[in-house]
Amino acid sequence: MSDLQQKPVNEERRTLLKAGAVATGTALAPGVLLFGAAQARAPEEPASDKVRWGMIIDVNKCADGCNDCVTACNEENGLSGATGPQDSQWIRKLNIRHLKTGVETSLPMLCVHCEHPPCVDVCPTGASMKRADGIVLVDRHICIGCRYCMMACPYKARSFVHEPLTDQNPEVPRGKGCVESCTFCVQKVDRGENTTACVEACNAAGHKAMIFGDMNDPTSEIAQILKTQKTTEIRADLGLNTGVRYQGI
Amino acid sequence: MREIIRAWGLTALLAGLLLAPAGVMAGVEKPVLERGKGERCVEDTEYMRRYHMQLLKHHRDDTMRRGIRTTKHSLKGCVECHASSKTGSVASSKEDFCMACHVYASVKLDCWDCHATKPMKKTTPAAMPRLSPLTVGLPGGQQP
Ligand code: SF4
Ligand code: SF4
Repeated sequence: MSDLQQKPVNEERRTLLKAGAVATGTALAPGVLLFGAAQARAPEEPASDKVRWGMIIDVNKCADGCNDCVTACNEENGLSGATGPQDSQWIRKLNIRHLKTGVETSLPMLCVHCEHPPCVDVCPTGASMKRADGIVLVDRHICIGCRYCMMACPYKARSFVHEPLTDQNPEVPRGKGCVESCTFCVQKVDRGENTTACVEACNAAGHKAMIFGDMNDPTSEIAQILKTQKTTEIRADLGLNTGVRYQGI
Repeated sequence: MREIIRAWGLTALLAGLLLAPAGVMAGVEKPVLERGKGERCVEDTEYMRRYHMQLLKHHRDDTMRRGIRTTKHSLKGCVECHASSKTGSVASSKEDFCMACHVYASVKLDCWDCHATKPMKKTTPAAMPRLSPLTVGLPGGQQP
């Protein structure tokens, strides 16, 4: 597309953005708010550091035995769904039991997209990287498969692909010899959907235990919750400032 | 005398080497490529032949590391246009678009260890062209 053709589009976009900024948080019906309508960006626009994607998981709403988020992730990203020691798992359901009270909790665990990711610190090639908008990714083009990042991650969030793969999802390239982990469904985020496969599945199942959004956008649902309710970072003592926070643990 | 023989031998050898490629070339068919589905390629054919990897490498870094999702030089675009009408892929048989030249030139490809060699299935919403959701509803229903 030439610059000449592009200009009017950008002007149009600017006005729409302005309109969108006013429209965010619009009430659809009493008590129902439409959040985050102004976050989408044009394909030629790089990810911005004004945005930080994050997730809140309310474990009280997460149903014991439900695996819908995991299935949706596998489907979206082309994972086999096998759970052996050499299989890729980007999100796992864990059952934890309080040692003293015996209370049992079921929760999904995934890459928490640390603000200060140890996986990025240790990577010798720069393959493990954090995008401007806080999404932590592996650049498979330069990953040498040393697996340092797997050792460094405190959340056991990363998997190594041991066997050759075929029939990958065109939007999610992945292959043997590289490390991988949850991408916050970066292909969906970049399309402006502002949600992830796991969150959609959780909502579809009616549990609504997971919320995804821009933590920096004061009008977003996630930012509102962070501001008004108690949320917990797992291993907060490490000071990684995680993008995934929990409620009810 | 021995020197002279050696010199002649060397000349003959060199001449043989120089002539050999022409002889070999004559026996190998130039790759025949299927025409892409689109009207024309994103760049001139001559340019693409020489520089496609530079374009792809530049685009891969823009997309992977910065989240820029323009489609002009994206590998997915190449696959969509050049997937073979027989195999539906750009690299599953020796005649498919990428393989035809790469087999001819003996240059190994790693791209397809990770990337899909077939276009996206058209039924998923993801196969829609990547327009900013903000530009979809332009006045008069026009598309940018
Ligand atoms: S959770 Fe693990 S893989 Fe994810 S950013 Fe943090 S250290 Fe890296
Ligand atoms: S396995 Fe890849 S991403 Fe992980 S530390 Fe090694 S080179 Fe970096």
